[in-house]
Amino acid sequence: MLLAHGYGCDQNMWRLVVPRLAQRYRIVLFDHIGAGGSDLGAYDADRYGSLDGYAADVLELCAELKLEDVIFVGHSVSGMIGVLAAAARPELFSALVLVGPSPRYVDDDGYVGGFTRRDIDELLASLDSNYLGWSSAIAPVIMGRPDRPDLSRELEDSFCRTDPEIARRFAHVTFLSDNRADLARVQTPTLVVQCTNDVIAPVPVGQFVRDQIPNATMVLLDATGHCPHLSAPDDTADAIEQFLDAITSVAR
Amino acid sequence: MSAGDGDVVDGFIEALLDDDAQTLYERAPCGYLSTTPDGTIIKVNATFLALTGYARDDLVGRKRFVDLLTGGGRIYHETHYAPMLRMHGIAREIALDLVCADTHRRPVLINSVLERDADGNDVVIRTAVFDATNRRRYEEELLRQTQRATALARTLQQTLIPPNVPTIEDLELAAEYRPAGDGTEVGGDFYDIFQTDHDGWVITIGDVRGKGAEAAVVTALARYTLRAAAVQDPSPAQALLLLNDALLRGNVDRFCTAAMLRLQRRDGAWQLSSSIAGHPLPLLVDGQHTVTTIGRTGTLLGVLADPTLSETTVQLAPGDSVVTYTDGVIDARTPDGAFYDDDRLHATLAQATGTAADIAATLLADVLRFQSQVVRDDIAIVALRVPD
Repeated sequence: MLLAHGYGCDQNMWRLVVPRLAQRYRIVLFDHIGAGGSDLGAYDADRYGSLDGYAADVLELCAELKLEDVIFVGHSVSGMIGVLAAAARPELFSALVLVGPSPRYVDDDGYVGGFTRRDIDELLASLDSNYLGWSSAIAPVIMGRPDRPDLSRELEDSFCRTDPEIARRFAHVTFLSDNRADLARVQTPTLVVQCTNDVIAPVPVGQFVRDQIPNATMVLLDATGHCPHLSAPDDTADAIEQFLDAITSVAR
Repeated sequence: MSAGDGDVVDGFIEALLDDDAQTLYERAPCGYLSTTPDGTIIKVNATFLALTGYARDDLVGRKRFVDLLTGGGRIYHETHYAPMLRMHGIAREIALDLVCADTHRRPVLINSVLERDADGNDVVIRTAVFDATNRRRYEEELLRQTQRATALARTLQQTLIPPNVPTIEDLELAAEYRPAGDGTEVGGDFYDIFQTDHDGWVITIGDVRGKGAEAAVVTALARYTLRAAAVQDPSPAQALLLLNDALLRGNVDRFCTAAMLRLQRRDGAWQLSSSIAGHPLPLLVDGQHTVTTIGRTGTLLGVLADPTLSETTVQLAPGDSVVTYTDGVIDARTPDGAFYDDDRLHATLAQATGTAADIAATLLADVLRFQSQVVRDDIAIVALRVPD
């Protein structure tokens, strides 16, 4: 089971569900480029200028670790990254679990994503403002400063460490992508884990994803927010396990 | 002190004592709000209502905190603030915009704590809200200034290196340049390539100590002094001596390293004479991939009135290449602190194949890879190669 964190955080996000899932599955956690302990030197603005670059990373990870029958669990934008990866290499994946997915955040003719272009611009401004306070203090650490071990420790303690510039570009890619047309290309059995009260990916968006992916079901969790794996970890793990049990019994 | 003063003090203390917990809460100099763990507002103080223009009944039990945010703020709330609060129990100095009752936006800074009971269940989120209107304006100004400074630094930097490498008949030339850091400061490295007569070309490369605008002044002085000197006097050592005088006379309080390589074509063959002032020695890579240094490291410039500078002349054969560089190459370090040393440099050049451009690019790529793409010091590389 390969768990991919969403925009804004790192693999720590899975902390509360991993103990449960690890009882049944071999767990692989990773940080997207720019987040957590990733190698910032590997960032390439062209490659990561679209979600395809992130999906290619997932496929490379599978190849490197020789993963087969992968259950891909992707939160938020990583849901779409999983969609792209599974559409490209269906034979690698046995199941997709999309937690709070959205194929397009910005409203479009007849499609309600929940946000306007202005909202996204405001997010980028908000990122600038929030990184202002600590970017200069943290940036040297992110860049690797062997002569300042004190900063490294501070970084280890900090949660959701991200390189501000990469985070900014990732926000751009995340919130301005349109992957609606990619959903129909997924052949893998898919579960959409949807919260009843998610301001980022509202219920109609989750339903849209379920309806567009040929072999998808949706579970509605009575949870508020965009991160049920944090706010309702047991319900989230239950939903994932039940779905996987169901598709395994069908396969038999 | 008159008798009246005592009454004033007593009255003040009385007023303080009257300032019960309720008043302290309602009229605190910052907005307070409490929400259920899922964000529904259950209590707000009067300061918060004044800040946002809402009536208590508009909010309590009716709205979630996230409903008061802009679209972008909602995303930030869900992707950063809420996870941080869940994982750490605390979120500090988060910048957000509140949408007021009249739809006007108020920039605020918020601090939140998540209160948990003895069993670890989430009970309540308490948030303090500070008006940050002026602060935000100042931050935006700072950001604009930084962007302007970066643009200025980039423009200035471009004046310190030639815009492109000239094309010379029977000689391949290539250059690579990477400034250190985030581009907000001008680096001290420079190089130059120019023609002195029909068959004569000069390559200069150097490194002025320090960074920023002050270093850039010296860097420009060095580049143009060497250009003028090279045209006047054919001797590379003499040109470097002139620069030394200029630095000392100019009272600039900065020293620099420099190398001058003069290429002269005679009967179709290239002769290279060079002089080095405190700069890493140029490397000659012959057709058998043997790497040797050229010349001797003389005194760096701008320190002593009579620096020791020697001159070396070598004849270049077809297939020979010469690589000159700044100390950003050999000072490159891995995150663990290991240096990119001469051995690795020589080994990389011995294995490099292709044109001068290939060699320069190979070296730069290896140096960047070595330090995980994080450039700590400016890197300048100039490579030349006599075609086979």
